[in-house]
Amino acid sequence: MEKEMKKSEWPLWEVFIRSKAGLDHKHAGSLHAADEQMAIENARDVYTRRMEGVSIWVVESKYIHASDPGEADSLYDPANDKIYRHPTFYNLPDEVKYM
Amino acid sequence: MGQSLQEHFDAMIDKDITIEPKDWMPDDYRKTLIRQISQHAHSEIIGMLPEGNWITRAPSLRRKSVLLAKVQDEAGHGLYLYSAAETLGISRDELYDQLHTGKAKYSSIFNYPTLTWADMGAIGWLVDGAAIMNQVPLCRTSYGPYARAMVRVCKEESFHQRQGFEIMLTLSKGTAVQKKLAQDAFNRWWWPSLMMFGPPDAESPHTEQSVRWRIKRFTNDELRQKFVDVTTEQAKVLGLEVPDKDLKWNEERGHYDFGSINWDEFWNVVKGNGPCNKQRLDARKTAWEKGQWVRDAAMAHAEKRKAKAAKAA
Ligand SMILES: [Fe+2]
Ligand SMILES: [Fe+2]
Repeated sequence: MEKEMKKSEWPLWEVFIRSKAGLDHKHAGSLHAADEQMAIENARDVYTRRMEGVSIWVVESKYIHASDPGEADSLYDPANDKIYRHPTFYNLPDEVKYM
Repeated sequence: MGQSLQEHFDAMIDKDITIEPKDWMPDDYRKTLIRQISQHAHSEIIGMLPEGNWITRAPSLRRKSVLLAKVQDEAGHGLYLYSAAETLGISRDELYDQLHTGKAKYSSIFNYPTLTWADMGAIGWLVDGAAIMNQVPLCRTSYGPYARAMVRVCKEESFHQRQGFEIMLTLSKGTAVQKKLAQDAFNRWWWPSLMMFGPPDAESPHTEQSVRWRIKRFTNDELRQKFVDVTTEQAKVLGLEVPDKDLKWNEERGHYDFGSINWDEFWNVVKGNGPCNKQRLDARKTAWEKGQWVRDAAMAHAEKRKAKAAKAA
C-alpha cells in the first residue's frame, strides 16, 4: 500500500524518550508536527503527561532506516554459531573464584 | 525454508510472535487492522466531545482539573492509535477524511447527550469501564504498534474509571436530589454501555477470524457478560439500582442473567440516527476546517525558518 501524502499534512516524527537519568532513549511512538521544535513540544504533551521522561529526541520518520525482516536469517546468521562469545562456554574448575 | 509468505505469517501468529510494520501480512489482516484501529482512534477523539461539554461547568476546581486531564488523555489515546494505524500504510489525512465523510465509524455511545453533571460520573464509571474491559486483552494483540499503543492507553484508563466512580459515589451519598441525578444518569448510560461490546456473537461473522489473528481475544458476548457481572456488584456499593428488571444472579452459570438489549436502537444509532450523531460529526468537521489556516501557517513558518537557517549556514 503506497502512502498517499497530501501536501497539507505535517511531517511524521518518531519520538524517543529517556525515562530517567542514566537510561537509554527508547522509542515511544510517532506524531505529526511542522518542525522539530513543535515535534518536541507535541511529544511532551502526547508522551510525557505523567512524567514518563526527562529527555526527548525526535527524528523525522523519513530518516529512519530499518533492516528488512525478510533478511533477518542471513543478517543475524554470523552471530548464530559463535557460542564461544558467551562466558558460559568455558568450563573452569569450581575452585576458581571471582571470575 | 520453502515456506510461503502466508505460511510464515500463520506460523508467527501461532507462535504468539508479534507482527511488525515491515513484516509481510495478508491484505485482509492489514485492512481489518486499519478498520479496527482507526475506529478506535476516532472513538477516542469524538469521545472528547460529550465530556468537553461539561469542563467549564464542573462543580469544583478539583473536578474541573480532573475532567480536563481525562479529556486530554483521550486526545492522547486518539493520537497513539492514529500513529499505530499509519504504520499500516494509511495517511493521517486519509484517516480523518474517512471519519469526516462518515466512511469510518466510531463507538456509537458518543452519540448520546450529556445532560447533567452526573453523566460525567456515569461515563467514567460505565463507558470507560466498558472500554477498559474491551481494551485490556488488546495489550497482547498480534500487531506490535497496536499492542504497544494499547499498553499506554490501558495504563491511563484506570484513573478515568475511578474518577467517574468517585463522582457517582459522591452524588449517591449526597442529597436526595443528587442521588436521583446519579440514578438517572445510570439509567440512561447502562444500556448503551452494554451495546459498546458490539452485536451478539451470533451476528458478528468476523469474530472467528479476528480471534485467530489475535486482534480480538474474547468475543463480544463474553466481555459483555463480564462487564455486567462486575458492574452490578459495583452498583451495590453506590446503592444504585441497575435499570434492568430481568437482572438476576444465575447460580448454575455463575453469572448474572440480564434483559435483552434493544439492538434496533443500536443499529439505528450506528446508521447515523442517534440523538447527537450530526452534532458530533459537525463539531469535528468544523474544528478540522477552521484549523486549516493554523496548520498552513505552522508549515509556512517552519519552511521560512528552515530557509533562513540554510542561508545563515
Ligand atoms: Fe481513552
Ligand atoms: Fe478514557
